[in-house]
Amino acid sequence: MTETVHHPEGHAIPNEFTKAMLDWLPWLEPMAEADLTPRHMAGLVDASRAKSAYFRLLAHDPEVLGARTRTDKDIFYNTQGGLPRAERELAATAASRLNGCIYCASVHARHATTYSKRGEDVQRLLDDGTGVDLGERWNAVVAASVALTELPMTFGPAHVARLRAAGMDELAIADAIQAAAFFNWANRLMLSLGEPTPQG
Amino acid sequence: MTDIIDHLAGIPPGSALDEARRKRAEARVHAQASHDLLLLPADPGGFELAERWAVAAFVAGLHNQAETAAYYAQGLAERAPALAAKVADAAARGQATGPHGAYPAGPLSKENTPAPGFAADAGLLGPRLAAALDHAHMLVFHPRDASAEHLQRLVDAGWRTAEIVTLSQLVAFLSFQIRAVAGFRAMLAA
Repeated sequence: MTETVHHPEGHAIPNEFTKAMLDWLPWLEPMAEADLTPRHMAGLVDASRAKSAYFRLLAHDPEVLGARTRTDKDIFYNTQGGLPRAERELAATAASRLNGCIYCASVHARHATTYSKRGEDVQRLLDDGTGVDLGERWNAVVAASVALTELPMTFGPAHVARLRAAGMDELAIADAIQAAAFFNWANRLMLSLGEPTPQG
Repeated sequence: MTDIIDHLAGIPPGSALDEARRKRAEARVHAQASHDLLLLPADPGGFELAERWAVAAFVAGLHNQAETAAYYAQGLAERAPALAAKVADAAARGQATGPHGAYPAGPLSKENTPAPGFAADAGLLGPRLAAALDHAHMLVFHPRDASAEHLQRLVDAGWRTAEIVTLSQLVAFLSFQIRAVAGFRAMLAA
């Protein structure tokens, strides 16, 4: 166990929102791959995440990482009813854009693009911010994500009514809330334990 | 055992929202597990329970949502009564808006907004807990300002790497849980 804080140097620092693939450099020492026990692998959930410095850093508390990851996966990947995948990713991208997590926004803007086929609209959200006009249904999702992300929170019954008017049922609205809320978890970890750099 | 999000949001059993939450059963179970692991750990290691509840009461106090703030304030009062008023005072002094902060110099610099200042009273709380509250205040209101220097301040105040990971997870998890509760309460009020 080391208490050394890393100050990565000599790498490019992304200074705008992008859909390009980014890497992430930790400020604290991640677990070494060789030191990962079955307990840590259970926390990583997917064995392939042992290659990620981010997940190996979070693996210092493997049980909490495991609970975080299983919460994340169900909110975003459980497609039994509810909000379409594209709009869950839109809510995540909007929260990341507002909080200022360039890394998180890049990942979820790519996912939103893949599932919606509306890459230009997603790019406008990255370029112009959460005030952009993306049509009423997407505007309602972005507005909900913003109202849950800002402090003081302004999310209220009017946001729920707007989502309902856009065609969403109870499960879809709950999905939008959980997707936006979850990225207030994810953004804070990604922003505060390391920094992004262009891949390659 | 009570599901804490159901409890704080006041979700009636059998309601449409209860059914919706149960269709995301893994998220429901593991949000609860996150709470239990972070706040009621069987082995808290070097990050002791009083510190965990102090951070939680502070963070919940900053979010100003009555039910969650009362829950964590009560939890702190039960576990570390001597800290309760000091942490409540810190949260009252720490009120601010967010998200704020600066971007790396470039086209986004025009979106930079000044960070709300805050410094917990290290004389009153001890340097280790005061450093944790300062870090939590940054994470709550201006997370894009986070830097390696912020982590160095925690290390200098006695926080070890694994404890910093858990502290970060605690503040980040609460940022989720408090918003989920607020969102679900709005659904019930709609």
